[in-house]
Amino acid sequence: MMLLNPAIMALVMVSAVVCLMMLLASGFAVRVLLRWDIDSGSERQLRLERRTYLISTLLIWAFSFQLMSLLLFIYNAESMSGQFVGAMCATGVLNVNAWGWPTLFLKMGVFFSGAVWIALNYLDNQGYDYPLIRYKYLLLLAILPLVITELILQLLYFTNMDPNVITSCCGTLFSAQSEGVAAEVSGLSPSSMSLGFAFTGVMVISSGVWVALRGQNGWLFALLGSTAFIVALMSIVSFISLYIYEHPHHHCPFCILKSGHDYVGYILYVPLFIATALALSVGAVSPWRGISSLTPTIESIVPRLSWIAVMFFALFYLVATWSVWTSHLTMMEVWW
Amino acid sequence: MLYFLRKQKYLIDYTLSSLLRRKGKSLGLLAVYSMIVFMLASVTLFSHALRHEAGLMLQASPEIILQRMEAGRHAMIPADYLQRIGQLRGVKQKAGRLWGYYYDPAVKANYTIMTGGQSETPLTNIIIGTGIARARGLDVGDYLTLRSQNGEAFSFQISALLDDKSELVSADLLLMSPQAFRRVFNIPEGLYTDLVLSVRNPREVIKVVEKLTQLLPDTRPILRDEVLRTYDSVFSWRQGILFVLLTGSILAFVIFAWDKASGLSAEERREIGILKAVGWETADVMRMKFWEGMIISLTAFLIGYLAAYAHVFYASASLFEPVLKGWAVLYPQFRLTPFVDGLQLATLFFFSVLPYIVATIIPIWRTSIADPDAVMR
Repeated sequence: MMLLNPAIMALVMVSAVVCLMMLLASGFAVRVLLRWDIDSGSERQLRLERRTYLISTLLIWAFSFQLMSLLLFIYNAESMSGQFVGAMCATGVLNVNAWGWPTLFLKMGVFFSGAVWIALNYLDNQGYDYPLIRYKYLLLLAILPLVITELILQLLYFTNMDPNVITSCCGTLFSAQSEGVAAEVSGLSPSSMSLGFAFTGVMVISSGVWVALRGQNGWLFALLGSTAFIVALMSIVSFISLYIYEHPHHHCPFCILKSGHDYVGYILYVPLFIATALALSVGAVSPWRGISSLTPTIESIVPRLSWIAVMFFALFYLVATWSVWTSHLTMMEVWW
Repeated sequence: MLYFLRKQKYLIDYTLSSLLRRKGKSLGLLAVYSMIVFMLASVTLFSHALRHEAGLMLQASPEIILQRMEAGRHAMIPADYLQRIGQLRGVKQKAGRLWGYYYDPAVKANYTIMTGGQSETPLTNIIIGTGIARARGLDVGDYLTLRSQNGEAFSFQISALLDDKSELVSADLLLMSPQAFRRVFNIPEGLYTDLVLSVRNPREVIKVVEKLTQLLPDTRPILRDEVLRTYDSVFSWRQGILFVLLTGSILAFVIFAWDKASGLSAEERREIGILKAVGWETADVMRMKFWEGMIISLTAFLIGYLAAYAHVFYASASLFEPVLKGWAVLYPQFRLTPFVDGLQLATLFFFSVLPYIVATIIPIWRTSIADPDAVMR
């Protein structure tokens, strides 16, 4: 029944297409891992080299589709909230059964690994001798199970949707009294959370600037970037959303995407996701400086990517601070 | 960065001129592509607008409708049920309603008859919807005769027509006074068709309903939210069915696009050969082909979407109307309020542009890897 909803059909179709593309690419990846020999001039090597163009195009498209499907997934959850008893926003719809949240997290995971893969692929294509080809196809084989699991989980999620189940929406899920991960996150002390938020913010931006200036130690930026990402998501649930809603108990991370709050959620999430993806890419690219055919490329792209990432991180922290600053909610005496 | 942008600009420039050189082929593809987008977009826009309309319409309706059941069928509800409900916390207003259907053999159609407030319509006057007025050729001041339950004929003077802005709901509507309604349908005083309750706080609706079913076990409450939810899923379900039916054409389109992209003419083959001979790399050729796909996709999407917009909101979606909204003798003529949102656009994109891109990736790669000497020979 639910599968006939057009947006759901689109989502399932996209996942299936992405899966197919990945399978095709993985078949090729296995062949490369076994047979690749850059020094050989054989017919087979020539065919493999030509096929790499096809595979990169396929994967770039697959990962861009994946990104769009992540957006569509959230958007769809938001719009289906009218069809479930007790659901007022995306949280309620994701809660309809056990598969909603895992699907969302997997989609995010595939998005980030896809970004890293594209960065590696770009770098590899710059070297005349494809020095990273084995690593990048190994990474691809590691991403494949993620994509397949996502397809299955998403299918389970959509086929097990029962409109008669009363789901619990953000009010109950993100309240400090209840149990579970979401509640744990909302129950985190906002005072220490905001300190952590500020601390990771300063750390990630300064490490980004440092990496951008020095052009090395990208792993540090990637590590701090992903920490900052997780802390930022937790902070949104724990205290930033409260200031946006101007309500001391509403912790929902999706309602900020609604028009009633000037779509501020998009200005928070989009820069945060881009910045994190870029930071991870910097981390994936910078360790290969030692390979002589890649040194010039790395020297030019590591600073560039880092600066852009720093810019987006800064944008995110500015918007977050600004929405806390301009809010009419005052928690001064309550939290401190 | 500037270098990158400039390069893309030159590529687009080249692609446009090469598309224009092959007018026939490009236009053929564009026409088929736009047609696909047009069909999908019409269905989407229409069902979304209907859903939107239903939501707006029901906004003003009461939160709870209470019907009495007799042997599993809807029966008249005694007025003293209102007293039996008594004072329920959270209920802002409760009232009895009188309404029903009247079959008019002259036009072979059913009218929906409702009663206005006690004093709104005088005993011998009625207000009718524009659908009835059209079907019977009536206007303000004319008389309409209805045959009552026991064979008597009652004539009513039409005092007004209902606003045609609300035609979606009011086309077949006939408003009369409660006394007249009781006379025509022979309903004794003290009985209503159903009761309506309005509840101020939406969170209390469920609790109020729970109390009602305990208090009056022979009744069935209908919630506004339930009705809304049903509309929502019914419309998206109908849209889904149409999409499934259209899958055949999408697949045909995919094969067509694949074929167009792989079956290059000798002319085009030579063109790519020359490009490679003058120093283009495989990646450049693929980029050029990427822009070709983008230009065609965006143009087709725009044309198809705009045509669908005109079709739905100016021509009342004449192609898909019966499937999506149902039909009736006194069917309302109405113009939908345009309603466009991001989800709609994204879904459409996934159903039209994505198949095209996926279908052309492999053919494009095949042409781009061709060796210059092999194709120019």
